[in-house]
Order: sequence, then C-alpha cells, then structure tokens
Amino acid sequence: MNTKNIKINGRLKFIFWVLLIAFVVAAPSLLPVFRLNLLGRYLSLAIVALGVDLIWGFTGLLSLGQGIFFTLGGYCVAMYLQLNSSSEFPNNIPEFFALYGVKDLPFFWAPFKSLFFTLFAAWLIPALVAAILGFLVFRNRIKGVYFSILTQASLLVFFNFFNGQQKLINGTNGLKTDVTQLFGQMVGSELIQRYFFWITVFLVITAWFFSKWLIKGRFGNILIGIRDDEPRVRFTGYNPVLFKTIIFSIAGALAGISGALYTVQSGIVSPQFMTVPFSIEMVIWVAVGGRGTLLGAILGAVFINYAKSLVSEALPASWMFIQGGLFILVVTTLPQGILGWLYSESPRNLLQRFGFIRKIKTYPSLEINKNGES
Amino acid sequence: MKSDTENLLSLVDVTVNFEGFLALNNLNLKIKRGELRAIIGPNGAGKTTFLDVITGKVKPTKGQVIFKEISLIGRKEHKIARLGVGRKFQSPRVFENLSVQENLELSVSSPKSPLHLLKKNIIKDQLEEVFQLMKVVNLTKKNDIKAGALSHGQKQWLEIAMLLGQKPDLMLVDEPVAGLTDEETDLTADLLKSLAGKNTVLIIDHDMDFIRRLDCKVTVLNQGAVLFEGNMDTIQNNQKVIDVYLGRPD
Repeated sequence: MNTKNIKINGRLKFIFWVLLIAFVVAAPSLLPVFRLNLLGRYLSLAIVALGVDLIWGFTGLLSLGQGIFFTLGGYCVAMYLQLNSSSEFPNNIPEFFALYGVKDLPFFWAPFKSLFFTLFAAWLIPALVAAILGFLVFRNRIKGVYFSILTQASLLVFFNFFNGQQKLINGTNGLKTDVTQLFGQMVGSELIQRYFFWITVFLVITAWFFSKWLIKGRFGNILIGIRDDEPRVRFTGYNPVLFKTIIFSIAGALAGISGALYTVQSGIVSPQFMTVPFSIEMVIWVAVGGRGTLLGAILGAVFINYAKSLVSEALPASWMFIQGGLFILVVTTLPQGILGWLYSESPRNLLQRFGFIRKIKTYPSLEINKNGES
Repeated sequence: MKSDTENLLSLVDVTVNFEGFLALNNLNLKIKRGELRAIIGPNGAGKTTFLDVITGKVKPTKGQVIFKEISLIGRKEHKIARLGVGRKFQSPRVFENLSVQENLELSVSSPKSPLHLLKKNIIKDQLEEVFQLMKVVNLTKKNDIKAGALSHGQKQWLEIAMLLGQKPDLMLVDEPVAGLTDEETDLTADLLKSLAGKNTVLIIDHDMDFIRRLDCKVTVLNQGAVLFEGNMDTIQNNQKVIDVYLGRPD
C-alpha cells in the first residue's frame, strides 16, 4: 500500500516537473506581453510566500506583517531607479520632491545612487528590520495570537508612517518605476520586463532550493520542534529565540526580494503594499497551497493570483467572495492545503469530508478490502 | 559534616509562592553525585514545581539552587540544560512530527548553535550514539517512523533515550512508568538503576512497586517541604508518611 503510494507520487512529481519546466521555458514566446508580465509579478509573490511558509508552516509563527518587509524591498529598488533617472529634473533629484518644495535629497536617499548598494539593501534592510522586531518579540516569549496581533500592529505603524511622509518618500502616491531608466532603457519597456521575468524565475527557483536546504537538516527539525513543543526545545538545550529570530529574518529578506521584483514589474511601489488585507492574502496563498510543503507556497501564490486576475476580468467585484470561499473550503476540507493533501492523504478522505462516502471506523485495510491485508 | 563538593545538587530554603499558595515551602534537599533518588508525595505536594525550579521554568520566590557549585537561579532553561540538567516530562513529550532518529539526533547534537546545525551534518560519533540509543530502548526498527505514531510506552522510552542522549550529569525523571505495562516497568527500573553510579538520577513517581524495585533512598514531599527521608522499609512504617500519603498498609 505504502510503496504504491510513493510510486504514484514519484510519477506525479515527474510529470508535474516536466509540465512546469516546459511551461516556463515556453511562456515568453507563448504568452502576450501583458500576461507574461502578470505571470512574472505573481512568481515574485511566490518568494514572499516561501518566507511565510518557513515561519508559519515550519516554525508556527503566523506573521500578518510580511507586507512591511515586502514594501521595504520595493522602496529600495524604486529609490534607486528614481535617482538613476532624475538628471533632468530640478536639483538633480526625483521630480516629486519639487511638488513639496524639497530642494535637498533626504540623507537616506544618498546611498541608493549606487546599484551595488541597492542590490544588497533590498534584502538586507528588510532582514535587519525583521531581526530587530523578531528578537524583541521572541525574547519576551510573545507567542501565538499575540504574535500575530503584534505583527499586524507593526504593519499599521509602518503603513501610517509611509503614508504620511510626502517630503521623504512621496507619501501615499508612492514611487513610480515604469517611466524610470535602467541601463538606458525604460523600465516599463518590453525588453526590460522580459529580463525581469527571467530574473524572477531564476530567483524563485533559487529561493525555493535555499528554503529546502534550510529545512532539510537538524536546523529545520528544530524549527518543527519549536512549532510543536517549544518548551521541550529549551529543555533539550537549544535557545528558541535565536532560531526564531534567524528564520524570521530570512523570511523578511525573502519578502524584500519579492517586493523588489514585484515593484519593478508593477511599475510602482506605494504604501498600498502595506495594507492589512494584502499581508493576510500572503497567508491564504500558503494555506491553500499547503503549509509546510514549500512548493505549495509557490503554487498557491501563483495560481491564486492568476485566478484572481482572470476572474476579475470576467466577473468584476466577485473575486473577494471567491477568495474567501476558497479559504473556508480549504480550511474545512483540506486543512493541510492542496499539496499537503496530495502528499499525505488519499483522495478518499476528501470524498469523505464532503459526505460522498461513509467514514471508516477502523483501518482501511480491514473495512475496504474485505479480505483484510492487501 | 560532608563537604559541599560531594553534593551535585542542593536546594536551600527554596520557597515558591504562587499568589499566596506555597507550592514549595522552605524546601531543603541535597543530592549526592552518582546517587539514585526517588521522590514521592501526594498530589499537590510540589513534586513537579520542584523540577520546574531546578530546570529554570519557575523562579523561586526565595532560596538557592546550587548545581555543580553554580547557582541556577535566574538562568534560562536552555543554559541550565547545557550545564547538564536533563528532564523527562510527566506525559511523554517528544517531537511528534519528527522521526525517532531525528528526535535522538537533536538530543545528542552538540554544539547546539543554529549556525553549527546549518553548516554541518551530524558527525559520525554522534550518529553512532543515536543508533546505540535506539538499540538500548528497542526502537532500531522504528527509526524512520514519526514519533507521533509510536505507542505510549514507546514514546516514554524514546524520551528516556533522548534524555540519555543529552548526557546530563543530573537526570530528572518525572513518572517514567506511567501507562507502561508491568514488563516495561521492570525494564525501565533496571535501566534507571544501571544508570546510577555514573549518572545522578532523580525519579518522581507514584508507583510504589516501581520505587521499591529501584531500591534507593526515598524522599517524601508534603505541602512543599520534605516530610521524611529514608529507604522504602522505614518509609512504609513511618506514621507521618502513612497518615498523609500511604494510608494504612493492607
């Protein structure tokens, strides 16, 4: 029975990979530019979802504030692009400053003139912010619902701050990137967007393998231990505060990379990325895809977002209901998410939950196969 | 008077006050190196609080806990564990979503820093030790099975093996035979007895037959303080102990 399942899983996996690789390779020539750009954006969201899976699926930390780190990454690249294209504007600073009568570049903009600095800052700054926030929270042993509320409150603090700072970062209008220049080309141009698509695909795969590497050994086992029984981890001699801070910081870095890629492919970064619903959606992608599976996070992010845009085109305003319904459906019938269900349960359980077939009272080998052992 | 270096652990006037309720009340206790000691007492006598104080889970209102001539007061749980205090919980607490082998790997791994665990795989000696431990508790064939799928008795044994894997100087064992069959109880008693001498073992239990089989010094706790100390026979004939705990002998 068991070996058969593994075999089927192996074949399924193989087919899945062949289809996926074929699709990604063929996508740029098959899809219209608009669709390709959407796919690129949703793939970049898969990276933040991977981070959510690491901290929630494996470590049990339900963060509702990943939008903070996502947006920080986005602002980093947007600031670079704005500076890179502001030579014709008054005072050689981005155009929006003139609206508020700002003549000198705020001090923290200066390092973002360097592409090198920006490429590091886009993940290092979110990682540091996450590490500091995480360390303070974890050291005080704030857990569970309180942790979730605290991350959401932090998100609101950041949102209000970014929203109100017109003179520093253009406030609620955000920073546009699509009309800026990169290597002498418009960022919004087809050529540059195609490059961004490939970079995104590459980074999603890299982030995925990196996450797999993180969780495969004893480090990952400690994370699972923290999720299941944190005091036991302490009494075994490990300091959970360090482990949680590290993984939260890594999730922050992934969110930053994701935000940077999403920004350049959307053409703008604004405090809207830090709204409460968006950060909750990130959790939904992982829950639907299958938490604790990594691949589920990627698939959840891409498919839900793609479905969102397709549904929104056909039936405007109905998406929120569908997304809510999907979440409820998954939580009630597939608590492990779609991939978790494929990995660990047989299709029979799903039919059972919907009431199509009767529940088994003992073991399947005793009740389904009348002869006992199969 | 014996010198203090002989005592691995000493509790001096330890009081734990839970908002008016004295879980421990001026408790004084000394455990010698290599000793096997059993602690009994009625429910609410403060047995588990006593372990909580030693392992750093509960900070005493007053008093001192000295382990290897170091004060444990104010130290974090993981620091105390690394100093050499291992604890087995009352209900078996293993990492249910990890396999038997992974559970044991975590307990024998050293050093226990995150970066070390990320960079290096488990070294050969430690892996060897893991297999040795699985043999001791009879779980070799189940090495790949998730700990959550083990039976209650197997979980108890896995947790004891995890405790051994930590190589603690002091082993605190809370009700190791709860829910075990008679045969398993006997095996556990033999295992714990064989550890004494090299290790210092402190056992809390209710099962009188099991305690008798351990054949060691017994401390009776009542209302957060030591009521009586002695071997099993003197305890069973002590009027105070009979009154509060044992009841009339059959």
